[in-house]
Amino acid sequence: MDGDIRNNTYDDGTRDYESGEQQIRNFNINFGPQHPAAHGVLRLVLELDGEIVERCDPHIGLLHRGTEKLMESRTYLQNLPYFDRLDYVAPMNQEHAWCLAIERLCDIEVPRRASLIRVLYSEIGRILNHLMNVTTQAMDVGALTPPVWGFEEREKLMIFYERACGARLHAAYFRPGGVHQDLPSDLLDDIETWAKGFPAFLDDLSGLLTENRVFKQRNVDIGKVSEQDALDWGFSGVMVRGCGMAWDLRRAQPYECYDEFEFQIPVGTNGDCYDRYLIRMEEMRQSAHIMLQAIEKLRAPEGQGDILARGKIAPPSRGDMKTSMEALIHHFKLYTEGFHVPEGEIYAAVEAPKGEFGVYLVSDGTNKPYRAKLRAPGYLHLQAMDYVAGGHQLADIAAIIGTMDVVFGEIDR
Amino acid sequence: MTEALKELGSHIEMKRADCVLGWSVTGGELTVDVALSNIKGLVEFLKTDSTCRFSTLVDITAVDYPERAKRFDVVYHFLSMYQNHRIRLRAAARADDMVPSITEVHPSANWFEREVFDMFGLLFSGHPDLRRILTDYGFRGHPLRKDFPTTGYTEVRYDEAEKRVVYEPVSLVQEYRQFDFMSPWEGAEYILPGDEKTDKKEGAK
Repeated sequence: MDGDIRNNTYDDGTRDYESGEQQIRNFNINFGPQHPAAHGVLRLVLELDGEIVERCDPHIGLLHRGTEKLMESRTYLQNLPYFDRLDYVAPMNQEHAWCLAIERLCDIEVPRRASLIRVLYSEIGRILNHLMNVTTQAMDVGALTPPVWGFEEREKLMIFYERACGARLHAAYFRPGGVHQDLPSDLLDDIETWAKGFPAFLDDLSGLLTENRVFKQRNVDIGKVSEQDALDWGFSGVMVRGCGMAWDLRRAQPYECYDEFEFQIPVGTNGDCYDRYLIRMEEMRQSAHIMLQAIEKLRAPEGQGDILARGKIAPPSRGDMKTSMEALIHHFKLYTEGFHVPEGEIYAAVEAPKGEFGVYLVSDGTNKPYRAKLRAPGYLHLQAMDYVAGGHQLADIAAIIGTMDVVFGEIDR
Repeated sequence: MTEALKELGSHIEMKRADCVLGWSVTGGELTVDVALSNIKGLVEFLKTDSTCRFSTLVDITAVDYPERAKRFDVVYHFLSMYQNHRIRLRAAARADDMVPSITEVHPSANWFEREVFDMFGLLFSGHPDLRRILTDYGFRGHPLRKDFPTTGYTEVRYDEAEKRVVYEPVSLVQEYRQFDFMSPWEGAEYILPGDEKTDKKEGAK
C-alpha cells in the first residue's frame, strides 16, 4: 500500500487502528476523452465510492479552437461558416442566431420567402439533432438498432440540406438579410413527401424504445431535474421542458415568423432522462408539422418573391451583376471589404434544438465584430453534471450525458 | 415591449438607486450600468424582486477596451421565464480589480466566471474553484484580451524522438497577415506596399 497521509504514526512506532472498512478509499477514474459514450472529447474525472459517483468534474476545452478570437479578425460574412462548426449536428440553427443579431443591429427586414425557408430549415435541423440524440443515447444504454434507423433518416435530411445549399453539414446557407439562394422547384415536393411519412417512422422508432423494458430501466428516474434546479443551473430547451415548464423561445419570444405557426410544446412531469426522451420524440412530430405548414405557406402567392433583402448587406442578383456596373462593384466590395454594422450591442437568441443558443455581439461600426460571445446551451447543461450525476451509478453517467445533449463543438468553441 | 422595459428600468433604479449608475433601452433591450462592487447585491435583488424575477442566468462575459483606464466591461445577461423579459448588466473593471462572484446567488455562474478568468484574466472574489476552463493545462496568457496575438505564443507537436508532445514557441513560415479589406481611399490604416518609400524621399529632401 502506498503512503496514506490519513494514517498517523506516533513516536513509539504505533499507528492508529483501522478496521477493514476504514481502509477503503474512494477511487478516481477518468471517463473519456476516448470513451464512446462521452459524445466527443469530454473528460470526466469521477470519484467513485464503489459504483456510486461521489463527485464529477468535467474537464472541457479539448476541442477549443478559439472561435471567438478568430471572429474578431474576420468580417461578418466570413464569420458565418464558423457557426456551422459549433453545434455540427444542427448547423443552420446556429447561423440563424448570427444572422438575427446582424439584422437587428442593421435594422433589416427579411423577405417573407426567406423567413419561411429559414423556419423550414431550422425545423429540419431540429429533427436532425433529435434523431441523432435520441438514437445514440439509446445506443449508450444498450440498444443497437435505433442509431441505424435514425441515421438513415438523417441521411435523407442531409440530402435536403445538400439540395438547398450544396453542403451536407457545413451549410453557410442562412445569410444576413435572408438565405443564400432559392430552393430548387422540386425540393419542396420531396420535403413534403418525407415530412408526411416521417410520423410513421417515429412510430416505428418509438415501438423499439418507448415501452422497452431495458430502455426504461436505464432511463426512468435517472438524472432527475426539478424546476428550481433548472433555474439555478440556467437550463434551457428540453432540459427545462422536461421538468414541466412550457418554456420555448419560439413561443415566448417569437423570432422570424414562428408566431404564425401552429405547434404544441411538449412538457415532462418528472424531469428525468425518460421524460426528456419522450419530449424529443414529440418535438420531432411537431417539427414535421411545422415543416408542412411552412411548405404550404411557401407555395402560397405571398410566399413567392426574393430571398434576400437586397441592399447594403446582401449581394446583388446575378442578373444585375451582368448588366449593371454599380451592382458589380457592390458585389466586389461586399465580398472583400464586407459590410459595416452600426455601432451598438445586441443579444440575439434562438431556440436551437439543444436549448437557447445566443449571440452577444458588440459592434464598433467597422466591418468586423469587436466582440462576439457565443452562448451555448450545452455549456450550462454540462456544468450541472456534478449536481445531476452525484449519487448515481457509474453506468448512469452515460445515460445522463446522452439526454443532456452535449456536443463539444459548441461547448468548447 | 420597449415601454415595459422602460418601466422596468425605472423600477430598478427607484428601488436600488445606490447600485444603478444609469440605464437605457436600445434595440428592444434593457441595459443597466452597475458599479462593480454592487453587482452581487443587485443580482440578488433582481432574482428575488417580484416585478423582476430574473431567475435564470443566461450569460456572463467580458469585453476588452485596452484604451480605457477601466479596461474591461463585465457583461451579465439574465432572463425571467416568469415575466418573460431580459436584462443586461454592465460593470466596468480594471485589469487588477476583483469582481465579486455571484455563484452563491446563481450556481450556474461558476463556469462562466471561470471562462472570463481564463479568457480575460479577471479575478473573481468568492469563487469556489477559479481554474482555467477552456485553454490547455498549463496555458499562459489570456487569449481574448486584445493584446494577445491570434496566433498565440506556443505551438505543440508530437516529437518522434522524445515520444511525447512538445511545446515550442510559434514559428510562422510567413508573417501572420491581418487583412482589414478597407479600400485605401476610405481610411485604411495600413501603408500600401511601396508607399513607405515616398515618405522617406520627402524626408531626404
